[in-house]
Amino acid sequence: MLEVRDLAKRFDGFQAVGGVSFDVPRGAISAIIGPNGAGKTTLFNLITGHLRADSGRVVLNGRDVTGIAPHRLCRLGVGRSFQRQNIFPRLTVLENVQAAYVSHRGRGWSMLGRVDGLYRDETARLLEAVGLRDKAGEVAGLLSHGGQKQLELGIALALEPEILLLDEPTAGMSAAETRESIALIGRLARERRLTLLFTEHDMQVVFSIAQRITVLHQGRVIADGAPEAVRRDPEVRRVYLGERS
Amino acid sequence: MMRRVPWPLIVLVAAFCVPALGSRYYTFVANDIAIWALFATSLNLLVGYTGLVSFGHAAYFGIGAYTAGILMKKLGLPFLLALPAAAALAAVAALVFGFFCVRLTRIYFAMLTLAFAQIVWAICFKWNEMTGGEQGMPEIPYPDFVWFESIGQVVPFVGGWRTAEYFYFVSLAVVAACLWCMRRIVASPFGRMLTTIRENPERAAFIGVDVRRYELAAFVLAGAFAGVAGGLFGIFNRGVFPDFAYWNKSAEVLIMTLLGGIHTFFGPAVGAAVLIWLNQQIVSYTQYWPLILGTLLIVLLFAFPGGIGGAAEALFVRLARRLRRA
Repeated sequence: MLEVRDLAKRFDGFQAVGGVSFDVPRGAISAIIGPNGAGKTTLFNLITGHLRADSGRVVLNGRDVTGIAPHRLCRLGVGRSFQRQNIFPRLTVLENVQAAYVSHRGRGWSMLGRVDGLYRDETARLLEAVGLRDKAGEVAGLLSHGGQKQLELGIALALEPEILLLDEPTAGMSAAETRESIALIGRLARERRLTLLFTEHDMQVVFSIAQRITVLHQGRVIADGAPEAVRRDPEVRRVYLGERS
Repeated sequence: MMRRVPWPLIVLVAAFCVPALGSRYYTFVANDIAIWALFATSLNLLVGYTGLVSFGHAAYFGIGAYTAGILMKKLGLPFLLALPAAAALAAVAALVFGFFCVRLTRIYFAMLTLAFAQIVWAICFKWNEMTGGEQGMPEIPYPDFVWFESIGQVVPFVGGWRTAEYFYFVSLAVVAACLWCMRRIVASPFGRMLTTIRENPERAAFIGVDVRRYELAAFVLAGAFAGVAGGLFGIFNRGVFPDFAYWNKSAEVLIMTLLGGIHTFFGPAVGAAVLIWLNQQIVSYTQYWPLILGTLLIVLLFAFPGGIGGAAEALFVRLARRLRRA
């Protein structure tokens, strides 16, 4: 469904991403892992057009989407979350998700009529699904960190994506929060038949949910495949799990 | 309960009654406030709702003023054509300038809006044949109010006012209509998209919002409403002058907007009223108005960063909470 081919990006002489290729099959839950500075977020930003790649291609459903503007990519069925700054902090929780519906369903240019009543049912259902029903009226910026992550997921799901890219969905969470939120993400992905690609630094999280794992190290793919194979890969054990062979 | 009180309507009705007080001075001040309230609210479409701080909003005010002034004085066109033309030309200018401005962000955006405004000012200042240059264009005629008088023959209270008072009624009606439109716009789905851009442009793009096009649309709308305000102001002021487009007008309207509070719809209008009223009061006591203004701004920025509107809202929330507890 999503093919990444030889994607490369250099910042002031530093090779952040150096010729990365991998595939994300439809319906799969895939993870990109790697130590800090491995280029995970840069890779994400290259895929979603927030950064311009020096070379390489991104192909979505057979269509070349390399370097396409984020709002276009979004309309092609790609949802994404960000590591930081991922919500509309002064709007309420409900308004956050509602705004995503308004934009996604093409009502954004309507200057007549009121926004308040739009997509209330869909929004309520989605907030229920991500566990924020009780917080609908709260100002989003005042939610806990975990709550904001849930909201972010809600915003991304309102766009009815085929493929969802999550950048470190559990960053900054406690162990308990992480488990809950991964369970939630896994359940939502299955229910909605989403293709999921996420980055993560916590190995346990990854092995508990991912069906395919791509390991990034210093901007390059060093392993790619099913969790068991990746876990046994000597190169991965050496650079990532910190074992000496 | 308190929220049900239709404050805007009450203020509007009260404003319509001002000439009945019989003082030309009050009507003059009220007219000034009404026009600046429109101007400040139009700026707030950008500052408060889209998160774009324009430092050159006077450009569109000036273009509106010159358009209406030239059409009415030189071509003798009626007010009913001249005012929409003022809005239209200001909107076109905003479209052209805005096309470039929305490609920059933050301080660079502000500087470019200022640069375009200074260009507009320079054109007004130098294009003698068209704008009257440095001398400006005095004696813009008042609109024709004969029809008003003829209605006044039938309906009580409508007839028998001075021309300046008729103009006050007309500008009040225009301002009210424009504010109503803007309120509809900010409460519309389009308005919600603008607030997502203000809150987080990066995220807004990834819910499918074409950020630049929305910003440009907001810029054009704000320009058009500023053009209406300018068109009214030229007639009210009995003349159009290059300083309408000068940067200190841009600063003045920005100060009003901040003073009133950018996070409430009527905040900027309140800011306009307070600033104009204060100015009128203080200049009769002292010539140090800029000193007072500066002090006021410092107090505002530190004590009430949300402006008068923000402070009022916070007070309201606290009162409501206390009432609930009681």
